Amino acid sequence: MRYSGFRIIKEALTGHKGWEKAWRNPEPKPDYDFIVIGGGGHGLATAYYLAKEFGQSRIAVLEKGWIGGGNVGRNTTIVRSNYMLDGNEPFYEFSLKLWEGLEQDFNYNAMISQRGIINLYHSDPQRDAFTRRANAMLLNGADAELLNAAQLQKMCPFLDFDNARFPIKGGLLQRRGGTVRHDAVAWGYARGADLRGVDIIQNCEVTGFRITNGRVEGVETTRGYIGAKKIGCAVAGSSGRLMAGAGMRLPIESHVLQAFVSEGLKPVIPGVITFGAGHFYVSQSDKGGLVFGGDIDGYNTYAQRGNLPVVEDVCEGGMAIMPMIGRARLLRMWGGLMDMSMDGSPIIDKTPVDGLFFNGGWCYGGFKATPASGWCFAHLLATDKPHETATAYRFDRFEKGLMIDEKGVGAQPNLH
Amino acid sequence: MIINHPLLGPRDAQEFTYLGDASLINRPDWTADDAGHQFYEYQYLRDNPAGEHRELWFHEQGDRSWLVVTRDTRTHIITNVELAPEFARKAGRSK
Repeated sequence: MRYSGFRIIKEALTGHKGWEKAWRNPEPKPDYDFIVIGGGGHGLATAYYLAKEFGQSRIAVLEKGWIGGGNVGRNTTIVRSNYMLDGNEPFYEFSLKLWEGLEQDFNYNAMISQRGIINLYHSDPQRDAFTRRANAMLLNGADAELLNAAQLQKMCPFLDFDNARFPIKGGLLQRRGGTVRHDAVAWGYARGADLRGVDIIQNCEVTGFRITNGRVEGVETTRGYIGAKKIGCAVAGSSGRLMAGAGMRLPIESHVLQAFVSEGLKPVIPGVITFGAGHFYVSQSDKGGLVFGGDIDGYNTYAQRGNLPVVEDVCEGGMAIMPMIGRARLLRMWGGLMDMSMDGSPIIDKTPVDGLFFNGGWCYGGFKATPASGWCFAHLLATDKPHETATAYRFDRFEKGLMIDEKGVGAQPNLH
Repeated sequence: MIINHPLLGPRDAQEFTYLGDASLINRPDWTADDAGHQFYEYQYLRDNPAGEHRELWFHEQGDRSWLVVTRDTRTHIITNVELAPEFARKAGRSK
């Protein structure tokens, strides 16, 4: 069934009896050509593009819980392509272009709202660094504008420009950045993949791999053994746990990132705003809640909850740039698991096991990457070659010294 | 989280900074033939277990000692805390 305005009117007039389930709930088959482990944004996007763009069939997505129940349902919904380094910026710009056409492409309302993202700067050296980043963005076909304090004041009069410690001198604006309804991304990809014959199998946890002579033959799951010619793992947050089953140690630690939402307010924040002297980012949801977050807690964890010191730290960041936020009450907070990689950048690559492919290490930037990650992973699975925008996301970059370290903090995952 | 410091008693985890897996104590032999590969594994690869994890915490806002904390990464429950030099000596290091 195609969704459209006409369809809504027709269903409204006929008692909404014609809506079908958005995806099937199939039993797993004994074997597939492709298995994608992980029914989150990246896994579902991978299956969708495998079927749609690369003409593949006999595909299954295995999800241990329910689809979209992990990080794609837990993030702060921001999309942007304001990176600087060569290995990153073309990939994230590819992703942003896919976001721009996504709703038409998969015929689902993902509420993509390009209301802009502003990175605040607080000193002259930071302005220079942002100028350089803006130029790198422009060279890669993205949009970027540098705002001075007067221009910024027109857009965001509520900011604490004269803060004694971190005065706000301006911002780097990317107008094409914005927010997306995160759950709808998972649902849209799931529906699109299902329509093209992909089996989405929920409540099916992968417990191990069957590997013979260095080649993967299938996966052991809580619903029995399933064979496959090629297997792609897209389980960021749990990558260490899953890949240990294939005998791999990864350049990744699992950490928890918390996010927060305030009570609903009238429209106050025009787009996404990020603090340049600490770690804080905020946007306003369509329901009115201020959605914000900050740093990871900083220690290895697989518990999807954090601790109070970071709550205080994040709220201090908010108070530093917009004291008005102190009037709003916190409604909810939650945590999600991050694959924190050793250089802050992801991995989309083959593994030493034939037929086994890996997608992970997204740190806390995975949501914005969802479409390009799916596309590039599907490209790798279907053709055995990396997509041109993802050639740098290799496992061996750490041993060869080819790190993509946007922050320049080295092999210290909790600082990325 | 509360870390039960062997010398100072229970202290709030906020006083500490976290480095990572306690295997970072075991620096490879730089004179080995494959030292480059060993250092790559030492520096970049992690076991990253879901369960019991030995890890290095630095008491930055306290006595500036390094501790090896044994903690469950699924529950955050800390079961053991030792001074890092003692841990290293038990593992056969001279200091």
